[in-house]
Amino acid sequence: MPLLELREITKAFPGVLANDRVSMRLERGEIVALLGENGAGKSTLMNVAYGLLTADSGEIRVDDQPVKIKSPRQAIDLGIGMVHQHFMLVEPLTVTENIVLGREPGRYGIIDFATARQRVREISERYGLKVDPDAKIMDLSVGMQQRVEILKALYQGARVLILDEPTAVLTPQEVTELFRVVRSLVDEGLSAVFITHKLEEVVAIADRILVMRDGAVVGETTPGDTDEIGLARMMVGRDVVLRIEKGASTCGEAVLTVADVHVLDDRSLEAVKGISFSVCGGEILAIAGVDGNGQRELVESIVGLRRPSSGTITLKDKDITRANARASIEAGVSHIPEDRHRRGLVLEFDLAENIILGDHRTPPAAKNGIMHPKAIAELARKRIADYDIRTPSEHVHADNLSGGNQQKVVVAREIGRDPDLLVAAQPTRGLDVGAIEFVHKQIIRERDAGKAVLLVSLELEEVLSLADRILVIYEGQIVKEFVDADADAETLGYYMTGGGGSKFASDGSNVQAIETPPTGGNE
Amino acid sequence: MSAAEERPAAPRDWASIAQKVGTPIASVVLAILIGSLIMWISGYDPVAAFAALYQGAFGTPKAFGDTLLKSTPLILAGLGLAYGFRANLFNIGAEGQLFMGGLAAAWLGLMLAGQPWFVSLPLLILAAMLAGAAWAFIPAILKARIGAHEVITTMMFTYIARYLVSWLVVGPLKSPGQIPQTGLLPVESQLPRIQSLFSEATLQAMPFLKLGRAHTGIFVALIAAVIVWLVLKYTTLGYENRAVGYNPFAAETGGISVQWTTVKALCISGALAGLAGAVEVMGVHHRLFDQFSSGFGFTGIAVALLAKNHPIAVVPAALLFGALSAGGGTMQLMADVPQKIILIVQALVIFFVAAEGIITYFIKQRQKEVTSHAG
Repeated sequence: MPLLELREITKAFPGVLANDRVSMRLERGEIVALLGENGAGKSTLMNVAYGLLTADSGEIRVDDQPVKIKSPRQAIDLGIGMVHQHFMLVEPLTVTENIVLGREPGRYGIIDFATARQRVREISERYGLKVDPDAKIMDLSVGMQQRVEILKALYQGARVLILDEPTAVLTPQEVTELFRVVRSLVDEGLSAVFITHKLEEVVAIADRILVMRDGAVVGETTPGDTDEIGLARMMVGRDVVLRIEKGASTCGEAVLTVADVHVLDDRSLEAVKGISFSVCGGEILAIAGVDGNGQRELVESIVGLRRPSSGTITLKDKDITRANARASIEAGVSHIPEDRHRRGLVLEFDLAENIILGDHRTPPAAKNGIMHPKAIAELARKRIADYDIRTPSEHVHADNLSGGNQQKVVVAREIGRDPDLLVAAQPTRGLDVGAIEFVHKQIIRERDAGKAVLLVSLELEEVLSLADRILVIYEGQIVKEFVDADADAETLGYYMTGGGGSKFASDGSNVQAIETPPTGGNE
Repeated sequence: MSAAEERPAAPRDWASIAQKVGTPIASVVLAILIGSLIMWISGYDPVAAFAALYQGAFGTPKAFGDTLLKSTPLILAGLGLAYGFRANLFNIGAEGQLFMGGLAAAWLGLMLAGQPWFVSLPLLILAAMLAGAAWAFIPAILKARIGAHEVITTMMFTYIARYLVSWLVVGPLKSPGQIPQTGLLPVESQLPRIQSLFSEATLQAMPFLKLGRAHTGIFVALIAAVIVWLVLKYTTLGYENRAVGYNPFAAETGGISVQWTTVKALCISGALAGLAGAVEVMGVHHRLFDQFSSGFGFTGIAVALLAKNHPIAVVPAALLFGALSAGGGTMQLMADVPQKIILIVQALVIFFVAAEGIITYFIKQRQKEVTSHAG
């Protein structure tokens, strides 16, 4: 008897059939992975099960009984818990307070904190989810916060745990730990649904894999019966290159030189504490690190969005330390921002208007302050064709495109400008395999054209797949340099989490070593 | 990539235009209906009232002239507000810039006595726009440099402007006599009435040209609407203005100075408001006194809202508010309905336009209910 069963669920949004008669079942003690590209309908299906969306038609059964789930409250009462990609925790409150929130033990409005803490401790011990019940959420790491979310679902009596892209924010070590936790929960008799578009995770954790495409289930398999290549083919509907082949880099002259740069963050704390490196033409230099270790501030200082407090940044022979964004673009720096919605696109603009952003003052877009709509449309159509942007026309508003196509617009604009230096910050964040493959190919093409590429990424796979050289950033300093071949995910993860100590870059001799570009890209 | 990635787009077709126009029209209709209900409950005859209002706003060429007269400063102030809104700036102090524009036009008009009209008219208009822009400049700089909110600062500047004008018309600029006002502008500094452009014979032949007090400022306003539309659509200035309004972070990343764009937007908004003050002084009163604007700067907010910040749509929106204002008197006279009820209708229009989100929300709720029953 399945614990949770969805039968023929159909859900349409205006113009999109997000779920087209989708059925799935979940047995007790089972981990089912829902695999699919962005927009395949995975999250829609699970939001229906969790009561965030109501299906147009179809049936939900729990313990073989038909149920109506109209709100998360009802889902929770039926034993269905969900951990969202973005945590829903109250930061200044403690772990215990967050877990019992909404179901506080006690009477007459007075919370019985002793009992609450006791229960949280019980659950956390029973499932091996160690966490300090009195710690404040804001003092916890992302991995620990996720654990609190899981504990919260368990406290509310979840028998089914839906995890929506749970690994997107975690370090490799945290991912391993999460997998261990989920496995032990399932051993205790719980069931889990794992939403993801990452192939290696599916193979590592799932008992059964449901592959979705275009709102429908296109296949069901088990990790034993397939591999990542097979899954990717099922998911995308064609063969996909997971790790792009690239030739050896031909390192030319130094294009970008960053020398002892210090940068303050928004709170005026030093986020970048004296970083030096250089990137040469024809090389992809990756900066790997856990989010929040100064990458954002470093990137912003290079592209002219933030002024370094000291140090110098040089592009070819030009000092761009104090350049603003406009001067930076004009000097030959392109920037794929880490957040396409915040910095990359004006969502209310149409594609043509977005494609000229940053080049909107100069021909062909404009001359003497007057814009040339025909030339702009022509340029937009060319970019749409060259970069395979899926859109009915160049007049479609950016927010009507899928994430992958939106990112292609940003990539088309930034690479289309033909820069000397491409700064790509998390260029594939939230993209599915097909789009990732495309973006990666474009970045490598830039490198092969002799351009300097600075890649900043939290995704180790991406770093390992693209980089000719890797710098690991930790707490605002470069703590380790790898030259392509001698890096692996484990070692990188070790240094990213502070394993190597943080004093590497402050040692003068090592800074010297980093400043010298490797000859031929390999040692 | 998969076909599901291609979500339906919003091409520039008639359906999307109809949708854009739909809400404002629905708001106006709803406002009139609810206004009628209020009249009916209060014991008035709404049909007679609106018939009288229509008569007073459009019934005769002279009535239509009054509508144009009231609409002229509303178009200009509405354009100013709309331009600011496009940069995500709420120039709530347009009234103050309007006062400064009126002041500049009146003062310079008196100074330029004896100059021919083709010298004085352009100079007055330019001076009024500069004065409006200057009055917006300080709040603009405060916003750009230290983030002081323009709603507070421009509002405060409105008080300064109004009291400054009040003082000037009882003090330095006061003309001899009992009434606190400036002297009459020389004819060369006045915007002529439309009907004065035609000969008596022409007016006899084409009586619809007898537009009464309507003055040539309406052409200034219409030209301004077209220029603002062209600027927003076809210039780098307008592009940067819209980019900053929609997403300042993306604009900044694209090399646009958000601060400088903010300053420009508020000053242009102020210039248009100043122009509104100038046409009111030059076209209607021909002098300055402290009550020369009946809150056009504030009504301009409603005009911009109703027009959804589209410069061309500002024209019909301003005509609507102008008509309500011009027809209100006739309504009181003929149907014995208090003119104040017009303010209720105006308020309702604004309410429904602003409440678009609420209406959309109710529609969505309804859809959700329907679907859950189907499930």
